[in-house]
Amino acid sequence: MSAGVMARTLRGFTRALGQTLVSEHSARESGLLQALDPRVKLVGLLALVVSAALARRLKVMVALFGLGMVLAVASRLSLWALAKRVWLVALGFTAMIAAPALFLTPGVALYRLPVGSLAITVQGARSALLLIARVESAVTLSTLLVLTTPWMHLLKALRTLLVPVEVIVLLAMTHRYVVLLTETANQMFESRQSRMVGRLSGHQQRRLMVNTGGVLLSKTLEMGNQVFLAMQARGFRGEVRLLSDFRLRGWDYLAICGFAVAAATAVVAGR
Amino acid sequence: MYAASAPCWWTALRRTRRKLFGRTLPLLSLFAAFSFVTMMFNLPLPGGTTGHAVGVGIAAIVLGPWGSLLAISLALTIQALFFGDGGITTLGANCFNMAIAGSFAAWGIYQVVSLGATAESRRRVVAAALAGYGAINVSALLAAIEFGIQPMLFHDATGAPLYAPYPLRIAIPAMLAGHLTIAGMAEAVMSAGLFSYLRRNEPALVGISPLASQVLPQVPRRLWGALAVVLLLTPLGILASGAAWGEWAPRDFANSATRAQIAVASRAAAPPAAVPSGLARLANVWTAPLPDYAPHFVKSVAFGYLLSAMFGVGLILGVVWIGQRVTRPGGEP
Repeated sequence: MSAGVMARTLRGFTRALGQTLVSEHSARESGLLQALDPRVKLVGLLALVVSAALARRLKVMVALFGLGMVLAVASRLSLWALAKRVWLVALGFTAMIAAPALFLTPGVALYRLPVGSLAITVQGARSALLLIARVESAVTLSTLLVLTTPWMHLLKALRTLLVPVEVIVLLAMTHRYVVLLTETANQMFESRQSRMVGRLSGHQQRRLMVNTGGVLLSKTLEMGNQVFLAMQARGFRGEVRLLSDFRLRGWDYLAICGFAVAAATAVVAGR
Repeated sequence: MYAASAPCWWTALRRTRRKLFGRTLPLLSLFAAFSFVTMMFNLPLPGGTTGHAVGVGIAAIVLGPWGSLLAISLALTIQALFFGDGGITTLGANCFNMAIAGSFAAWGIYQVVSLGATAESRRRVVAAALAGYGAINVSALLAAIEFGIQPMLFHDATGAPLYAPYPLRIAIPAMLAGHLTIAGMAEAVMSAGLFSYLRRNEPALVGISPLASQVLPQVPRRLWGALAVVLLLTPLGILASGAAWGEWAPRDFANSATRAQIAVASRAAAPPAAVPSGLARLANVWTAPLPDYAPHFVKSVAFGYLLSAMFGVGLILGVVWIGQRVTRPGGEP
């Protein structure tokens, strides 16, 4: 088998598991956002994300991106790590989508290419910049939420957005099994790779990947039965209770005001 | 798009709530986690490229459309919230396109294509592949339409698009080009492969009872009787006066009586004075084998109607029968 396909899959697993560890670690740092009540942080950062989505002015999006950077530094997050994980990835993806818009958007020519009849238009450049700035600012703010809040706290905070308790339980279980199944799949691929000599044809590669998926699905279903039996054994009878031990403190009220002012300013100035 | 997705999530939760705290709870969570993990599989495709599957095809077949809708929504939510890969503001649209529309498309395609197939029939594998392929392309088409209408709705005073910059004529081919080939194929390969695996190892999960696997589902006699009655009643159609709205021929625009009927049926809006250029150009591109449902050699209009209906129904049944013969394993009767 070409090492590329399996190596890329293994790299994907390693990246996902690494992100999980980084998020759990950074959520326990002692920084500005980590100190806030998860409900305040969830609603406040979501309000900023929505204001970035509604903004029609570039400078407002840049200001929100700058605010995100300030919050990241105050929360002891590495800007370099943020750049690698979020900014460069989002920039690469969005720029790829936005690049043709430079030429395809009708409007006043800004720069005419020396070869051919293609021209970058003012409207195309503005549209591409807006798209990139919007994505970068929204992704930065939502990543701050994930990196500064333990996953279980984030789920409990979703109750403030009236998310049904069943959905929260499902999300909590799904997240736990995502990590477990990623580790299982990682081990399956590693053990297969260590027993492999030579190259496989395209058909054999597809067969191997699909069979691995099938075995993973079998393991998943078996695990589902075991989990159900374990839940039954521990007395689960269909009632879900979430321990809600969040308490708002003075610092949180100040943060609520700060988020409200920032989001309202961005919405008004961004129109 | 959150507003469009919310009623579907609510209905799905209501439908599964009774079962949610039985085995369904861990099954949904685990299937969502499985879908998330398979999204990371690099699947080699014919032509040397690789693709990623979402798992919506197999989820719809195993969990049904409502369960699949929830499982794929959970996977996308984890992806967006925890891994930041999808974006929070676009989560509603992603769920609507992939989880909701994708699940129903996959389930519908599988049900239609596998109708009447035996448990071992290759047609079921083909149905699973088409379910995955169709679901991904329906999702991509919806996303393209959502992208494509944005420049019309949101632009500044200079005409610069504020959100997605491409109109429908660019967004639709650009999105579908990748999905009709790479992404669709990846989903088809994964759906068909996982379906084959489950049919071999966990047949009950894909709706196949091992004991009844050889029994071909029979079409109820009452259905044949109802079809025969409907066929015999088709001549009643000639009792209706005028042409069906929107089914006008070029000659109808020159006939004053038909023009009056069109105007009445169109709430007093007068039809154009001349034949619309598009209609004039396309009217003769395709001539039906039984024009106006009545062959020329048949003098009785009612008999012509009946004959055309029988011919049409026979043609459909013939195609289905040939499809069954072709996809039946080993050519068994």
